[in-house]
Amino acid sequence: MKVNMRGIAAFGAIAVVSTLTLAGCATGATDDSADAEGDAGSLVVWVDAERVDALKGAADAYQDKTGVEVEVVAKDVDTIKDDFIQQVPTGKGPDITMGAHDWLGELSTNGVVAPLELGDSAEDYLPVALQAATYDGTVYMLPYAVENIAVLRNADLVPDAPTGFDDMIAKGKAAGLAQPFVVEQGVEGNPYHLYPFQTAFGAPVFGTDDSGSYDATDLQLGSEGGAAFSTWLGAQGAAGTLNTDVDGEIAKQQFIDGQAAFWLTGPWNVGAAVDAGVNVAIDPIPSPTGEAASPFAGVKGFFVSSESENKVAANDFLVNYLGTEEVQLALFESGNILPALTAAADTAASDPIIAGFKTVGADAVPMPAIPAMGSVWEFWGVAEAAVINGADPAATWQKLVEDVTAAIK
Amino acid sequence: MTDTNTTTEPQKPPTRRQRQAADIAEAASGRIGWMLLKILLLAVVDAVALYAAFVLFTHQEWLVLALVVVVAVLVNYIYFSRRRVAAKYLTPGIIFLILFQVFTLLYTGYIGFTNYGTGHNGSKDQAVAALMASAQERVEDSPTYPVTVVEQFGTLGLLVTDPEDGDVSVGTNEQPLQEVDGATMEGDRAVAADGWESLTFAQVLARSSEVEQLSVDFSDDPNDGAIRTPDGQSGFLYVSSLEYDEAAGTMTDVRSGTVYDDNGTGAFTADDGEQLLPGWQITVGFDNFVRAVTDASIRGPLISVTIWTFAFALISVATTFFLGLLLAIVFNNTRMRFRNGYRILLILPYAFPAFLSALVWAGMMNESFGFLNQVVFGGASIPWLTDPVLAKVSVLIVNLWLGFPYMFLVCMGALQGIPEDVNEAAVMDGANPWQVFRRIKLPLLLVTTTPLLISSFAFNFNNFNLIYMLTKGGPRFEDVSIPVGHTDILISMVYKVAFTGQTRDYGLASAFTILIFIVVAAISIISFRKTKALEELN
Repeated sequence: MKVNMRGIAAFGAIAVVSTLTLAGCATGATDDSADAEGDAGSLVVWVDAERVDALKGAADAYQDKTGVEVEVVAKDVDTIKDDFIQQVPTGKGPDITMGAHDWLGELSTNGVVAPLELGDSAEDYLPVALQAATYDGTVYMLPYAVENIAVLRNADLVPDAPTGFDDMIAKGKAAGLAQPFVVEQGVEGNPYHLYPFQTAFGAPVFGTDDSGSYDATDLQLGSEGGAAFSTWLGAQGAAGTLNTDVDGEIAKQQFIDGQAAFWLTGPWNVGAAVDAGVNVAIDPIPSPTGEAASPFAGVKGFFVSSESENKVAANDFLVNYLGTEEVQLALFESGNILPALTAAADTAASDPIIAGFKTVGADAVPMPAIPAMGSVWEFWGVAEAAVINGADPAATWQKLVEDVTAAIK
Repeated sequence: MTDTNTTTEPQKPPTRRQRQAADIAEAASGRIGWMLLKILLLAVVDAVALYAAFVLFTHQEWLVLALVVVVAVLVNYIYFSRRRVAAKYLTPGIIFLILFQVFTLLYTGYIGFTNYGTGHNGSKDQAVAALMASAQERVEDSPTYPVTVVEQFGTLGLLVTDPEDGDVSVGTNEQPLQEVDGATMEGDRAVAADGWESLTFAQVLARSSEVEQLSVDFSDDPNDGAIRTPDGQSGFLYVSSLEYDEAAGTMTDVRSGTVYDDNGTGAFTADDGEQLLPGWQITVGFDNFVRAVTDASIRGPLISVTIWTFAFALISVATTFFLGLLLAIVFNNTRMRFRNGYRILLILPYAFPAFLSALVWAGMMNESFGFLNQVVFGGASIPWLTDPVLAKVSVLIVNLWLGFPYMFLVCMGALQGIPEDVNEAAVMDGANPWQVFRRIKLPLLLVTTTPLLISSFAFNFNNFNLIYMLTKGGPRFEDVSIPVGHTDILISMVYKVAFTGQTRDYGLASAFTILIFIVVAAISIISFRKTKALEELN
């Protein structure tokens, strides 16, 4: 009898837990499906945890004016995209989610995003932000921030900005540093961080069509500039300027310790360098050729779900409330990334570091969002890493182009 | 009850009061107490089930509701019945098993027969709606039209003000724009017209999905496009690049004239094979399984990856077991001082999360900055993780470090379960220590540890975490065109094949998972059969 009772107790626990879970799922669904029933309805917005507070003000203001209840839900930034893609078709996803522009290809292929009409306000955004928000000729995203890499210079070690890549290395060596320049790489390379140099050789990944969208059929990786870039990579690897053993943490440590004077990285690392007491200046990316070195721009924004029951309110909330200078600046405060709205970007650029990134960003190109780009990432870094580590530049690059071409088909 | 009766009876017959007292005492201590507890716990279960049923009812989740009711009734029957004793023991475990194992397994199996993945993750209706929505293209250089949503006899319409000449017109889904006179103006925007009732913004929101479908042709010529309003206040002129013929089930590209047909592949497909994405989810039979074994890009590295997977799993089990066993024997010696201290130290690797340990090891094995090369080997540059052979050795070393404490614990327990007199008897018979170990202790140990070795093999066969955290499968094979490397095991290769870049092919991944499940299950069953032979040694 005693054991029996323990069995009952165990079963009770199981039943309570599992029914609560079921009920929990069901209650979760209430919030979302209530949209259709309520008078003015409600909007569920997914954002990363850091930006919840920044959106609260806009959400409250919108609720006061229209009666639409805006529920801001904090989500884990690593799972937000897959959760969105999986939950929207079930009808239980949010009305709006925060995201990055390079998700667009995937979201659009899965049919989970609805087009967004920016109307006349489209001109108020930075050109690169607007370009990134557009996929296949249609705008899908309300941009709120633009992110790109630039060179962080330790102004105490090297007081003047370099004029080119070789000048940078020379200036660093003159300051007595063995390895003056660091950039995040890894066993599998890191093409995102090397892309500015590649563009300086005139070899973008994809060409663009008439409307300025990337064209998957026009792979520019294999152009003449690509081979020249590969040769340059090999030379830098042999000289030790680029090293695949330097990962993000090692690069940071070298720069903070003053063993490197130049660090090619993004705004997300500025805080660490400044906190460590480094006198940081932001420089344009020194070009190895004299042509402009254009980094990728990553644009962050908000998407409307294709299954939202309340698209009118969702559109109105995004375009007319989140597209204001006030909200864009509030989002800027919580993330320290350049706002996408031109007016807000100009205000934020009163900070010299933000201004530095903004200047570099003027040359930036949006990271391709087309699905073919996924295939490029798979092979690109490994090939670059191999060249840096001494593989034959021409042959390796040729293999890369062939692999990517095969994968895209 | 019988207890109290027999003990009281031999003495003088109990008085009425004594009987009452005995009854109360028995009730408080014996079966009734348990009975009350049982009723209480079942009441809790029923209350939760009732609440869940209520919530599910309001959400019209009939299937789940029926399941909850059936399970609740069944549980009540089992625990109130006097006979179902076996079921009383088994029910909680079985419910757990079904909820967390059987369901997951069946669902994975089901996904393996669908084309669920990027571009095929919703229903056909959703795909059509998404295609039509994204086909709307704003007419170039067209202005923004101030609009008001109006209603007449339940039909929604748009009251449109032309921003250039101030003309006001109205139209509905069926009727193209027609000019109206005498509209009420508010600034540049017409806000009301005779015969039409203007909707407030709250009303617009309440009828959001209707407003979203509202598309008013600009003129009698459909090629001029239609006015739509995404936010209920401003209208834009759009033309659609796709046309959906619901009767024929085809999509037509208006510009090129290409017809896309639903040919059963889960997407609108043109004659030349070009597909319009998003498509929708369908069942595809054994397609995924066929692809898993015949796809040219997978077949290339499949053989070497399979060999390495078996080698990795077997060597990992063998090395961890023998190191664990050796240490267990050493630390089983009672003459050693600080035995417990050493034992705790040895268990430490087991106490760290494997994720963390693998990442720390990856850092230590970095060629130019890692602790191993810099400190232990005095500045050598040994390519621990970048040389094909060394990378495999490194993976095995790290797995040995991660895995031996478990085997150490298991062997320590098993050794203590072997009676000391067996040992003594062997020594009496003149066996040397090696013979004692090889002929007596090891066979006895294997009887208890073999099931654990088999489960350890199954675990290592699918040890995705270690591979992904340490080498990500690298260094890459140079002669294949999928991103697979020398240290990839089957499960990490599946991950790379099914989730390369932006494509998520859940169908293919599930099919692979089932194939791997079959392999591991077959090996386990065979091994367990062999273990039975060992048991007969006893």
